[in-house]
Amino acid sequence: MAKLILLLLELCIIFCVVHAVFEDQVGKFDWRQQYVGKVRFSHFDTQMQSSKKVLVATESNVFAALNSRTGELFWRHVDKTGPEGNIDALLHHAQDAILVVGNGRVLRSWDVNIGGLNWEVLLDSGSFRSASLVGQQGTVKHVAVLKKAFISVHYLSNGHQKWIENLPDSETVDYQTVYSGGNGHVLVLGVVPHSHITIVVYSMEDGEIIKQVSVEAPWLSNIPASCVVVGQGILMCADSTTMSLNTLDLHQQTQMTQIPLQSLGLEADPDFHPSLMSHQPNAAQKPLSEFFLQLGPERYLLLQLNNGQIVTLRDFNPALLASFATTGEKTVAAVMSPKNKTVSKSQISLLFLDACSINLFSADTGRRLLDTTLIFTVDPNGGKPEKLHVQAFLKKDDSVGYRVMVQTEDQTLTFIQQPGRVMWTREEALSDVVTMEMVDLPLTGTQAELEGEFGKKADGLFSMVLKRLSSQLIMLQAWIAHLWKLFYDARKPRSQVKNDISIDNLSRDEFNLQKMMVMVTSSGKLFGIDSKTGAILWKHYLDNIPSNAAFKLMVQRTTAHFPHPPQCTFLLTEILYISFFFFFGGRSQVTPPALPQPILQSLMLPLMDQDYAKVLLLVDDQYKVSAFPSTKNVLQQLQETASSIFFFLVDSSQGRLSGYRLRTDLSTEQVWEVVIPTEVQKIVFVKGKRPNEHVHSQGRVMGDRSVLYKYLNPNLLAVVTESTDMHQERSFIGILLIDGVTGRIIHEAVQRKARGPVHVVHSENWVVYEYWSTKSRRKEFSVIELYEGMELYNSTVFSSLDRPHAPQVLQQSYIFPSSISTMEATLTEKGITSRHILIGLPSGGILSLPKMFLDPRRPEIITEQSREENLIPYAPELIIRTEWFINYNQSVSRVRGIYTAPSGLESTCLVVAYGLDIYQTRVYPSKQFDVLKDDYDYMLISSVLFALFFATMISKRLAEVKLLNRAWR
Amino acid sequence: MARLLAFKAVIIINVLFSVCTDLAYCNNGRRGGDPLETEMSGFSVPLEHSFELDDVAKFQSRGSLLLKTGREPSVSLAQNQLSEDDRAKLKEVAAVDGLYRIRVPRVFLQADRQTEWQMEGYLTAFVRACAMVESHLSDVITLHTDVSGYLIGVSIVTLPGACRGTEVEDEVDLEVFNTTLSIMAPVNAPGPETALFLERMEQESEKKGKNPQEQKSFFAKYWYLILGGAIFLMLTNSAQPPAGGGREQS
Repeated sequence: MAKLILLLLELCIIFCVVHAVFEDQVGKFDWRQQYVGKVRFSHFDTQMQSSKKVLVATESNVFAALNSRTGELFWRHVDKTGPEGNIDALLHHAQDAILVVGNGRVLRSWDVNIGGLNWEVLLDSGSFRSASLVGQQGTVKHVAVLKKAFISVHYLSNGHQKWIENLPDSETVDYQTVYSGGNGHVLVLGVVPHSHITIVVYSMEDGEIIKQVSVEAPWLSNIPASCVVVGQGILMCADSTTMSLNTLDLHQQTQMTQIPLQSLGLEADPDFHPSLMSHQPNAAQKPLSEFFLQLGPERYLLLQLNNGQIVTLRDFNPALLASFATTGEKTVAAVMSPKNKTVSKSQISLLFLDACSINLFSADTGRRLLDTTLIFTVDPNGGKPEKLHVQAFLKKDDSVGYRVMVQTEDQTLTFIQQPGRVMWTREEALSDVVTMEMVDLPLTGTQAELEGEFGKKADGLFSMVLKRLSSQLIMLQAWIAHLWKLFYDARKPRSQVKNDISIDNLSRDEFNLQKMMVMVTSSGKLFGIDSKTGAILWKHYLDNIPSNAAFKLMVQRTTAHFPHPPQCTFLLTEILYISFFFFFGGRSQVTPPALPQPILQSLMLPLMDQDYAKVLLLVDDQYKVSAFPSTKNVLQQLQETASSIFFFLVDSSQGRLSGYRLRTDLSTEQVWEVVIPTEVQKIVFVKGKRPNEHVHSQGRVMGDRSVLYKYLNPNLLAVVTESTDMHQERSFIGILLIDGVTGRIIHEAVQRKARGPVHVVHSENWVVYEYWSTKSRRKEFSVIELYEGMELYNSTVFSSLDRPHAPQVLQQSYIFPSSISTMEATLTEKGITSRHILIGLPSGGILSLPKMFLDPRRPEIITEQSREENLIPYAPELIIRTEWFINYNQSVSRVRGIYTAPSGLESTCLVVAYGLDIYQTRVYPSKQFDVLKDDYDYMLISSVLFALFFATMISKRLAEVKLLNRAWR
Repeated sequence: MARLLAFKAVIIINVLFSVCTDLAYCNNGRRGGDPLETEMSGFSVPLEHSFELDDVAKFQSRGSLLLKTGREPSVSLAQNQLSEDDRAKLKEVAAVDGLYRIRVPRVFLQADRQTEWQMEGYLTAFVRACAMVESHLSDVITLHTDVSGYLIGVSIVTLPGACRGTEVEDEVDLEVFNTTLSIMAPVNAPGPETALFLERMEQESEKKGKNPQEQKSFFAKYWYLILGGAIFLMLTNSAQPPAGGGREQS
C-alpha cells in the first residue's frame, strides 16, 4: 500500500500542475458568507451590560452566537441534519446555554462566551416533552428534562444526573410540561385528553413524590399551547370553545375556576384560538403575575392576576406582536403595532404594511414609557414580521432602553436600535438555496451609447460623424472621470476606499469576471447578489410558496440585447406559478400567462422573438404546448421549425421515458418510448448536458499521431437507475445513455453490488458518476467516455437522426477515499481549458479533481505511445491532495450544490458552492495562461525593451558610420 | 400473384455472454454456459410499423419476432414484403418528411410460463421515412433488455442514415427488408482494478530486488560526488575570509 501511495505521489509530481492560493491572495477573488438558518429559539446574553451576544438555535440544527452590534457570527456549531440533530429546547442561564438535541437524545451545555462545550450527557431513550431550569433558594443549579415516561434532573455544573423518577401512569397520562417556581418543588403537568389534568409534585432534593392531584378539565388536550403559569404558581388556561380563562392554583386547589371573557368585558374572534404568554424572568423566582392574552390576529391584551381577579392593564388593538423583556429588576412589555396601512386595490385587496412602531410599556402598570418608540420599516420585498426578540437594558439615568431583533416570514433577522436605526440584517433564507443562475452584467452607459449608435439606422454621413464624435467625447469624459477617481482613491488609505455597489453603477468589467448571481431559496425568496463582493443587490419575497416546491429558473434574455433589460423566468410547476422578472430587480411588465394545467416540461428554445427574448415552451399534462412570448412572429417561427423540435418526458413513478415531436399546430406526437420496469429499478436521475457548454477540440490526438474522435451528441441523456432490491449482494446501479431525440439506447451498463446515493456529471463526451460499492464498502468513481472512432461520420453537423453507428464506449473505475456531497464540472468560455471536476465533500472542502485522472484510457501497462499521449498510468485509488482544495480553510458547511459559470477569460471559471454557507471563488483549471501575474515585473520588461530599442538605434547609427567610412576608404 | 418470398433475417448476438466471459471476476455465477440448462423455449411477438401521411400512428404488422427465453435470450425475425400500396405510401410519406415508426410489445424474457411474458404497453422508436426509403429498407433494429430480462427499449437506424433526396426504384429496392436484428443486455461496468495493479507493483518490486545496483542507497551511489562537492565548498570558504577581513580593515 505504501508503495502504491508513493508511486501515485510520484506521478502527481510529474503530471500535475499545482493549484494553490498564495497567502496574500486570500479573500481577493473569493468570499464566504455563513448562515444559521431559520431561528427557532433566541436569547440575549444579559449577564453583563456590555455583552454583545445573541444566542440562536435554528431549524437547520445550528446553534450560534451572533454579534448584536454587527450581525456577524461569534461562533457556530452545526449539528447533524435531520431529526437526529434537531434542537428541541434552548435554556439559557448566566454563562451556560443548555441544549436538548435529537428528540431528547443528548443534553449539552455550552459556554456562551467562547462557544466551547462544557459537558454532554446522553439521556435515556424516550420521546422528549419539555425541559426547564430549576431554581432553589434564589439560585439556579439544576435542569429538569421531562420525557414521555420519566423525569430526570441534572446538575448545571457538570451534567451529572441528580435523580431520575418514573412518572406515575405514564401509559394513560400524556405528560407535557415541567415547571418550577423556585421553591424546591418540581411540578409535572400531564393531561388525559378530554378528561383531566394530572399534577405531580416532586421534591427537588431526592425526587420523592410529594403530591399527586387530578383536576377535571374535559376541554383541555394540549397544555403548552393553551396554558401558562402565572404569579404564585397559578395555572392559567385559555379555552376557545367556551371563550373563557380558567385558573387553577397548582399548590392548593383541586378545581378550576372559570372566568368567562365576557365578564372581563372582552370579545374574541369566534374563529381565533386565544393564546397566552407569560414571563418568568429568572428560574429561581416566580413568574410575573402579568401576562399577555392574544384575542385575535392583531389584538393583544396585557392582563394582571391580582388575588384571583383578572385586571385588564391595557388593550393593544391593533398589535402585531408582543413580547416581555427583563433588565435588572424591571420588566417591560414591547408591543409592535402597525403604523399606517395602505390598502391596494390593484391586487386582490392586499394589505401592504409600510411601517410598524414598537413601544415599551411597563409590565406592572401597562403605562407607556416615554421616548421608547421605535420605527421598523417593513421591506416591501420581504415578509411580514413573525417574531419579536427584545433586548432591554438600563440606561445611566435608570430608565429602560432597548433594542429589538425582528424576525420576518422570509427568515430575515433585522436588528434595530432606537429610534429605528437598522444596525444589521441577516438574510437567513440564503441558508437554503435551491437553485441559482449567473448572468453577465450590462454594459456601462458609454458602452451602451456606442452600441446604440450601431443599432440606429444611418441618416447621412455628416450626422453619423457628429454622433461618433459625441460618443467618443462621452467616452473620453468617462475615462478622465475614472482616472480622477483612481488618483483620488490612491491618496486615501486603503481601508477607507469603499466600493458602494448598487444596481445603478453595476457594469461589466473588462474580463466579465463580475456577474450577477440570482439565487432562489426554499422559503420562496429570490436574491440578486453581486458575485464579486457578495453584496445583496435586490431581493424579492414570494409568499405562499409550498415548502417542497420544485423551482425552475431560466434565463430568457441575456444582457447582450441593449436596450432590452435582461429577463428571467421563474417557474413553479406544482402551484402553476410563473413569473418574469428582470435580473436587476423587480418584476417584468410582461404579464405572466395563466397556467390552467400542471406543467410537465418546460424548455427554452434558441428561437427569439423581436425583443430578443428566447421562446419558452411549456408542455402541460394534456401534452398541449404553449409558447411564451406567443406573438405572431414567434408562432410563425415555431411552425417553420416544429418538425425539428423534439422533447422528452420522464415519469419516474412508472419508469417511463418518452419522446415527443412538436407539430405545426403546437400539438405533440409521441415518437418513442422506453419503459424501465419499476419492479426492478427506479430512475433517480436524468441528466442532459448544459446548453452553454462549448467543446473546443473534436478529437484526441493519440500517441501515433492519429486522431480519436469524440462522440459529441448534444442530445445525449444519462439516465441513472437504482435497484429496488437493496440487498447488498443483489443491489446495482444502472447507467443508460439515451439519445433524447430518437430514444435510441446508446449504451446500457450495470454496476453490480453498488448502491446510491449516486452523483453524476455529464459533459462533453463523458459521464462521471460516483456510488457506494456494497462489496468493498467504499465510495467509487466511474467514468464512461464515448468515441466515434478513428473517423468522423459527419464532421460538419451533428444530427441524432443521422448517426447510424454506435459509439465506442470506454469505462474505468477508481476508488475514492471520501464520501461526497455534490459534484459539478468546470465550464469555460470556449472549452479550450482542461476540465476539472469540483467535488463538495461533507467535511466542507471543495476539491478540484483534474478530469485527467478520470480517463478510461489510462493504461495499465505504460507503453511508448501512452507516454507520448501524456496518459497517467492506471492506479485504482484517486488520492485527495490538499492543494486541490480550492477553498483552503473556508469550509462550506453542508454543501448542497455547486454552480459553475464561464467568465470572459478562457482560463477562468467562476464557482459558487452553496449549502448552509455560500462560497464564491474562481478556478483556473489550466492555470492562468492568458493572464499576466499580479507580481509581473512591468518595470523590468519595459526597461529591457527600451534598452534594446536604444541599443538598436545606436548600433544602427554606428553601422552606418562604419559603412560610410568603409566606402570612403 | 407476385412471387411471395418469406424473408428471414436471423442474427443472434449475445452480448451479455460475450462480455461476461471476458471479465471472469464480475461473473457472479451468471456463466450460463451449461447447454443442458438453456431452455429452448421461445415465443413470438409481433413487430409492427406505421407510416402515415398525417403522422397519426396506425400500426400494421411488419413481421414477427421469435424470442428465445432463458439465460441467453436470442431473437430471430420473420417478416413480410411490402405490398405495392405500402411502397407507394412509404414514398409519399418520405416526400413530406414523415416518420416511419415501429413498435414491439413489452415482454419479459425470463418468464417460465406464457402468461408472464406479456406485459402492458409497447415500446416504440422511429426513423425518418426518407432514410428508410433511401437505404432501400436496410435497417438495424436493436432490442434492449434490462438486467432481469425485461425488454425496455427498441431502437432502429438505417444504413446509410442520411436523406439526400436520391431517386429510388420501388420495384427493385423497396420490396424486401434487409434487417439486422440484435438483442442487447446491459454490460457489466468494471470496478476498480486493484488485483492487476497490485500484481504489477509486485513485479516491479521483484525486478528491483533482482538488480542490486538499484538497492544501493543514495549515499552509497553518489559518495564521490558529495565528497567532491564538500571539498570544493571547504576550499571556497577558506579562501573567502581573508578577502572579507581585508575589506573590513580598510
